[in-house]
Amino acid sequence: MSDATETNGTAGGAETAGAGAAGGGGGRHVRVVLVDDHRMFRTGVQAEIGQTAETGVEVVGEAADVDQAVTVITATRPEVVLLDVHLPGGGGVEVLRRCAALTADTERPVRFLALSVSDAAEDVIGVIRGGARGYVTKTITGTDLVDSIFRVQEGDAVFSPRLAGFVLDAFASTDAPPVDEDLDRLTQREREVLRLIARGYAYKEIAKQLFISVKTVESHVSAVLRKLQLSNRHELTRWATARRLV
Amino acid sequence: MPGPAGHVTIVGMPEAASLPVDDPRPPRKLYRSSDGRWLGGVARGLAGHLGLPVIWVRLAFVGLFMANGLGALLYAAFWFWVPLGVGGVGEQKQPLVGTATAPDGRRRLLARRPEKGQIVALLLMVIVSMVFVGSVNLGSAAKAYLLPAVLVAAGVALVWRQADNARRARWVEVGRRRRTLTLLRAAGGVLLVTAGVSAIFVLQGSAAHLGAVLQAALVVLVGITLLAGPYLVRMTQDLSEERLMRIRAQERAEVAAHVHDSVLHTLTLIQRNADNGNEVRRLARAQERDLRTWLYKPEGTGKDEADEPDTVAEAVRRSAAEVEDKHGVPIEVVIVGDCALDERTGAQMQAAREAMVNAAKYGGEGGAVQVYAEVEGRTVFVSVRDRGPGFDLDSIPADRMGVRESIIGRMERNGGTARLRSVPGGGTEVELEMERAEKTS
Repeated sequence: MSDATETNGTAGGAETAGAGAAGGGGGRHVRVVLVDDHRMFRTGVQAEIGQTAETGVEVVGEAADVDQAVTVITATRPEVVLLDVHLPGGGGVEVLRRCAALTADTERPVRFLALSVSDAAEDVIGVIRGGARGYVTKTITGTDLVDSIFRVQEGDAVFSPRLAGFVLDAFASTDAPPVDEDLDRLTQREREVLRLIARGYAYKEIAKQLFISVKTVESHVSAVLRKLQLSNRHELTRWATARRLV
Repeated sequence: MPGPAGHVTIVGMPEAASLPVDDPRPPRKLYRSSDGRWLGGVARGLAGHLGLPVIWVRLAFVGLFMANGLGALLYAAFWFWVPLGVGGVGEQKQPLVGTATAPDGRRRLLARRPEKGQIVALLLMVIVSMVFVGSVNLGSAAKAYLLPAVLVAAGVALVWRQADNARRARWVEVGRRRRTLTLLRAAGGVLLVTAGVSAIFVLQGSAAHLGAVLQAALVVLVGITLLAGPYLVRMTQDLSEERLMRIRAQERAEVAAHVHDSVLHTLTLIQRNADNGNEVRRLARAQERDLRTWLYKPEGTGKDEADEPDTVAEAVRRSAAEVEDKHGVPIEVVIVGDCALDERTGAQMQAAREAMVNAAKYGGEGGAVQVYAEVEGRTVFVSVRDRGPGFDLDSIPADRMGVRESIIGRMERNGGTARLRSVPGGGTEVELEMERAEKTS
């Protein structure tokens, strides 16, 4: 919905990245493919993040529909794909489905970051379940976007407050017995982390609040993502069906 | 060089914007009422159409029934020819389905349960017909045919009511579980009619040929089904497909009309206020929010701005939108769960609104204000957070009532708690927690 806080990347996140990896364009480099059916938007993103010397982001390919996207991604093997959710030819979910082998590759995985104008629950949960590692909306600022890209490249999940809200909502009805089936269910700690993300805290702030390290916060978030993709519990399915996701 | 004021031309804009949105009032048409009906809804429909009390029409039918069963014939004719509709004239918009807010906060459609009145009416009918049959002397020959005739009538009635229900189900979307019931009912109707017809046959004295005739009839029936079946299936498929396409086209036209209209309006305003950055931003945000609600809301309408909110989520969203518009600071809202508003949560919403106003006023430079609301069990939690300069609560003079009275005081008076966390330089967060009132409906 808004600029600054759509990723956790905001103030705290940027600092984290600065502390962890080398700041600015210094040591880091990432190869990115842009998938979006609006040429104007691709050009805009390219202009915003494409200055490789400053941002460390190199845009190695662009695509405007599903078929093109699959071809370009296979040919260039980027580290991160910025994926629009609504695309001609089946949408972002279809791209994810057809690139599943690349995503699963353990040596050089292609990671997907969904970049959409929509922040509707069905779009968000749809691509996350399809295997995207994060979801940001198009109102995001350039710096935050760059930060999110690096976060995704490192294997972390980028959760926006809204996304956290959706996940909490999806798991909310299963709150009653907290221990059984704990593989599938969110743990108390994960819920706490999600709740703080939903309240707009950056990863670093969450770490401070819960007296854990930023890395732990990130692993909690990744665990949530994993559960979201793999869980086939009835509640989630029903929830998804009710919102016409499946 | 500015063009003529108020005139905007957009090249290549489709004509859809000029679609007629509201057509003139449809002509008065008689419908049977599907709501609150006893039998076929004829009396109710007629009453609505004529503007008479329902009971009069019903009495008239009963009276006519006494006149050699004319009422029944008339009723049957109406049932046969008049389509089922919603209410009578005058109560056209009465909803067939109610929405109810489920415990988990989501809205659900509730199909009305069949009323007891219908069963009572059917029993009454049977009794009246018994009395009628008992009192009227028809002669023994005719009397023998009466039972089969009643059987046939009952079967027909069963199946026809069934058809009505199927029609109604299209609007109401009755669950799948009821399909077996409908099948059972249809089978029952067919059985009754068959029994009645067979009985008439037997009475006519050709019982010996009954088996052969039934067999022949079955063969003919199967033959017809085989011949006409594929056409029928194809026809229904085409029909439903056509209906789907029409609904889609209509929806698209509606979207186009809405989008063009509001976007044009906003663009015009932006052209006029191009120099005023704040105003442009405000307009763009308002437009964005409007379109978002319109496009992504499951219920789709999103246009009920006039009435009061009746759930927590709605109230939070409304307050956030209003504060956002008024102060020009983006407010990001995340809501988990939902519940109906009661007195306590209503007070909490007012406190939350106050907190949003404060955050927008004093913390707006730090970026978006974040509002998080969660309904979990009986607890409603709202957090309002900004990344502004922050302040020290103790340093506020005692005569400043904003935070102390409107937020903390209000929450405590209603049995909730308010926590304020503010780090100078690190933003402010207001946490409001409230138990829902015992009675929720």
